[in-house]
Amino acid sequence: MSISFDKALGIHESALKFRSERASVLANNLANIDTPNYKARDVDFKQALGQQMKKAERFDVATTNEKHIPASTFVGVDEGLLYRVPQQPSIDGNTVEDQIEHAEYMKNALAFQASFQFLNSKFSGLRSAIRGE
Amino acid sequence: MALGTIFDIAGTGMNAQSLRLNTTASNLANAQSASSSVDEVYRSRQPVFAAIAQQAMGNLNGAGYSQNELDANAGVQVLGIVESDAPLQRRYEPGHPKADADGYVFYPNVNPVEEMANMISASRSFQMNVEVMNSAKQMVQRVLTLGQ
Repeated sequence: MSISFDKALGIHESALKFRSERASVLANNLANIDTPNYKARDVDFKQALGQQMKKAERFDVATTNEKHIPASTFVGVDEGLLYRVPQQPSIDGNTVEDQIEHAEYMKNALAFQASFQFLNSKFSGLRSAIRGE
Repeated sequence: MALGTIFDIAGTGMNAQSLRLNTTASNLANAQSASSSVDEVYRSRQPVFAAIAQQAMGNLNGAGYSQNELDANAGVQVLGIVESDAPLQRRYEPGHPKADADGYVFYPNVNPVEEMANMISASRSFQMNVEVMNSAKQMVQRVLTLGQ
């Protein structure tokens, strides 16, 4: 019996990846806190999860001409990055709210740590299985 | 790894805020530079910020997002520095060496209250970007200890 890393690591690997991507989206919001007309963005965990599951059933379309765009790069218009609804809209059209973005960033960092912890314990489990101790 | 791009994003934020701090310092330093003609007077300078919309994060495609959705995800840039159109201060100072024939001197349109508020806002935003970078650093350091 061989060890499958995909099976052993489970969803935690993609969770870690998702968390790190979300961290960069939130960091971008915080960097643009003084940019006029910038709209704060975020990714939805539920949607990302659904997307990961849908990815498996995606169809491929043959490209017979060099101008054809490969269909596998399309994931739908309404998925991915969403816009945040501001609680206190500002005059310059910027929807970044310091306290909210900060809280989300911290929450995301903690969730990242949690996912990391899970992944790490999977590894130590695998290692003790290999050693047979 | 998307964590690496956080350093770039926070770096652009720090760069923009430090430039804002710089123009504020220039404005405050020149607040009292008098001149004899309207054309030569120092005018308040303000940076113009804009989000960087370029396809800088191609490595995110693996996560299943299309490129268009990630376009705005690359930090902030300074488009340029504009000079304020606010009215200049015209003061009657006949004894001033730069006074014109009528005895008037022109002073810059720098508003010290606005500049101080800008300064505090810029330094707070700068600090925030430093914090973002710091916690990204911690996240990367944790990933490096994976499996140990």
